[in-house]
Amino acid sequence: MIFSFDLLINAVVSGVLIGGFYAAVTCGVSISFGILDIVNIAHPAFIILGSYVAYIFNITFGIDPIVVAIVMTPAFYLLGTAIYQVYYLSFEKRGQESLRGLAFFFGVLFITEVTLVLYFGVDYRYVEAPYIGPTLHFRMLDIPLRILVPFLVSLLLIAVLQLILTRTFIGRAIMAVSQDQLALRLLAVDPVRIKRIAFGISIATASLAGAFLIIIQPVEPSVGREYIGRVFAICVLGGMGSLPGTVIAAMLIGIVESLTSTFYGPSWAPAVSFGFLLLTLAVRPAGLLGR
Amino acid sequence: MTTAIGSAKTDSMTRADAGLLDIDALGKRFGGFVALDGISLTVPAGERLGLIGPNGSGKSTLVNCICGTLRNEAGSVRFNGKPLDGLPAHARTRLGLARSFQLPRPFASMSLIDNIRVPLLYTVAARGSGRSAPDIEGRCADLLREVGLEQKAQHLPRDLTQVEMRKLELARAMASEPKLLIADESMAGLTHSEIEEILALLLRLNDQGVTIILIEHIMRAVMSFSRRLVVLVSGRKIADGQPDDVMRDPEVEKAYLG
Amino acid sequence: MRTPVFLLIWLVIAAAVFAGAVFAGNDYVFFAGYVVMQYVVLSTAWNILGGYCGYVNFGSAAFFALGAYSTVAIYKFYPLPIPLLLVVGGAVSGLVGFGMGYLTLRLRGAFFAIATLALAVVLETLVVNWDYVGGSRGAYIVRPEEIYPFGNYVRYLFLIMMGLAVGAITVARLIERSRLGYGFATIRDDELAAEACGVPTLQLKLIATTISGALMGMAGAPFPYYIGYLQPSSTFGLEYAVNSIAMPLIGGTTSWVGPLVGAVLLGSLQQIATVTISSAVNLLIVGCLLVGFVIVAPNGIIGLVHKYFQRKPDDFVGRRRVDPDAPEAVP
Repeated sequence: MIFSFDLLINAVVSGVLIGGFYAAVTCGVSISFGILDIVNIAHPAFIILGSYVAYIFNITFGIDPIVVAIVMTPAFYLLGTAIYQVYYLSFEKRGQESLRGLAFFFGVLFITEVTLVLYFGVDYRYVEAPYIGPTLHFRMLDIPLRILVPFLVSLLLIAVLQLILTRTFIGRAIMAVSQDQLALRLLAVDPVRIKRIAFGISIATASLAGAFLIIIQPVEPSVGREYIGRVFAICVLGGMGSLPGTVIAAMLIGIVESLTSTFYGPSWAPAVSFGFLLLTLAVRPAGLLGR
Repeated sequence: MTTAIGSAKTDSMTRADAGLLDIDALGKRFGGFVALDGISLTVPAGERLGLIGPNGSGKSTLVNCICGTLRNEAGSVRFNGKPLDGLPAHARTRLGLARSFQLPRPFASMSLIDNIRVPLLYTVAARGSGRSAPDIEGRCADLLREVGLEQKAQHLPRDLTQVEMRKLELARAMASEPKLLIADESMAGLTHSEIEEILALLLRLNDQGVTIILIEHIMRAVMSFSRRLVVLVSGRKIADGQPDDVMRDPEVEKAYLG
Repeated sequence: MRTPVFLLIWLVIAAAVFAGAVFAGNDYVFFAGYVVMQYVVLSTAWNILGGYCGYVNFGSAAFFALGAYSTVAIYKFYPLPIPLLLVVGGAVSGLVGFGMGYLTLRLRGAFFAIATLALAVVLETLVVNWDYVGGSRGAYIVRPEEIYPFGNYVRYLFLIMMGLAVGAITVARLIERSRLGYGFATIRDDELAAEACGVPTLQLKLIATTISGALMGMAGAPFPYYIGYLQPSSTFGLEYAVNSIAMPLIGGTTSWVGPLVGAVLLGSLQQIATVTISSAVNLLIVGCLLVGFVIVAPNGIIGLVHKYFQRKPDDFVGRRRVDPDAPEAVP
């Protein structure tokens, strides 16, 4: 293992940048799991869906992937509300979300992935944009633009989300629904509707996160799987539902993964976030009653 | 004046007076909220203790801490002289501490008789009484009969009315053959005669040697049943003594009438 | 019905099935049948923790793979006979199951499920980086051509897996009808109330994860001989997780019958689909069936069957009795 300061600095910076992207990937789960308590393990599948949607429009019409994603956000939002409606009627209402709700999302994960395989095959797909390719050189730092741009837009996305959650009525209702549904009802607000909107927003973020993903790296359907653990690790580490916490946790994981990859090799990287997750869960005082 | 402040009374007690249940300066917080603040209480064996207090005063939290469902941060609980700190709930039940839940928590996928069977299999059997299967079967039927649910033995809890679920709760707590039974609001919603039934049942249990802590809002029931009354307000014990004396205590009046 | 009788009946059925397969003359039956039997074991094992206790394990692949890789590790040393490999695979996976349980069973259900996923990936990463068993390049096992007195080695493998399947359902049924079965059910229904009734929930959950893990490991132990070339990516594949969850949920999670029905039906369906269409479509079918059943028929096929015969809105099944000689209570 050759230790060089250059390598270290680049690894750390790379980790921070990727961390920003991870935050965008996770913010949807921060809402669905952190706030709404819905274990949507299919979230990475929606992100991959977002990647492929960006890919189609980029390849066919040459539109910038991020632009595609923004335009497609309403469609993803509607998809999210539809899925929540099914989830609510089938599981939440019947009180069976623990076993069957989980299995439901697991099934959705699979269906999405396999449908993409059937449609697109297992070849890696990538998009083209002017910022994919060039690298910024600053002193000893090498910053590929294709990682920097998603990083910046990710932070923007999170900032917008945070504003929505804290400044708008809907946003505050979403925060409230996780704590006191009765109070919401007394305010003549339907908790189910709020949760539906929130879940819709959660899936809408996947559209953008998917575009970021395919900008950063080539994508094929099973790429989503490695994000399942990452996403929940970051969500739990970040304090469940706190967006600022998510960002910090995401960067932390990004840095550790980057360092591991650089100095120990990429084959150890998956163990990092999953190991982090296990550690966090093991140390957490969450018990039968705790959260 | 027989209203005693808890800790003073405990201090003046000798070893021989130590009760079946000894609670010493029990404290519990939820974040910034203090649910229980230095509760001390001694319950001698065979006692019929009534525990009352306005909603949110900490009665259920106290029960949860005694039984191990929640962990207390301060103070200690001793049962039969044995400290309970760190003991999981099932171990406390095996020692002879049983409780019914305020909001009934039946095992939804099992029939009533199976619900009753569980404590017999896991608590009574664990104490090494060596009961045979027909014995257990008979005991389950007996318990259901005592609460008037024998007709619905094979039914699922979802087929029960609220009132019947409370009775099942009580029967299940009794099934573990406890030395101390905490009945947490078992009588809410019962009719006059049903309340009498439950009271008679609890009295019978007490005659057989079971110590009973009755947590109730129905004053009539509490007053007629309890030999001693404890009042909890905002996480603190404000009265502890003879029921009539306690009810005449000005602090208690203030707590209830504002 | 007493357990030894049950065991005997199923051994007879298994022997009949084996005889039928030999009579069919086509060796493919054994290849396909092996996979179906393997899934019977995996689903039954999963159901012990998932259906009985209500704790969802997403990491079935890891326990299965550990059994397979134990075999590989030992094979490089000295090729043991398969029955011994079963024991080793079971022991390794059982131990890991116990360890995983110890780390994670204090967690709420959802966190536990996620933790199992995390554990599976960590284990996979460890194996991929362990060159002794081939790492990411994979490992080769040379399957003997024949073994006395079964002839074809694949027939032998099929027989072993069938025996394991019979063993698995016997264990599951034994648990159901014992005090343990009541305990597991209370954990599923209401852990808090279970503790209050004297049920040592943590202990029981550990027992469940250990037995479940051990059975999965045993299912994986003969796999290297079956497949010949073992690769981490496919051995740890999410397909195992999906199937071991889908089959019990489709068949019915409340008793040993469900996973058996689910595995036989879904497993056979998949074998046919893989050959006639493609393996991707095969997985799509599993995913769709899983989602469909979970929404429409939460109690699975046996739940539907019960509903049909009961004509009551009551869709629950499974009265457990401590005394195996007493007649089954009809709900």
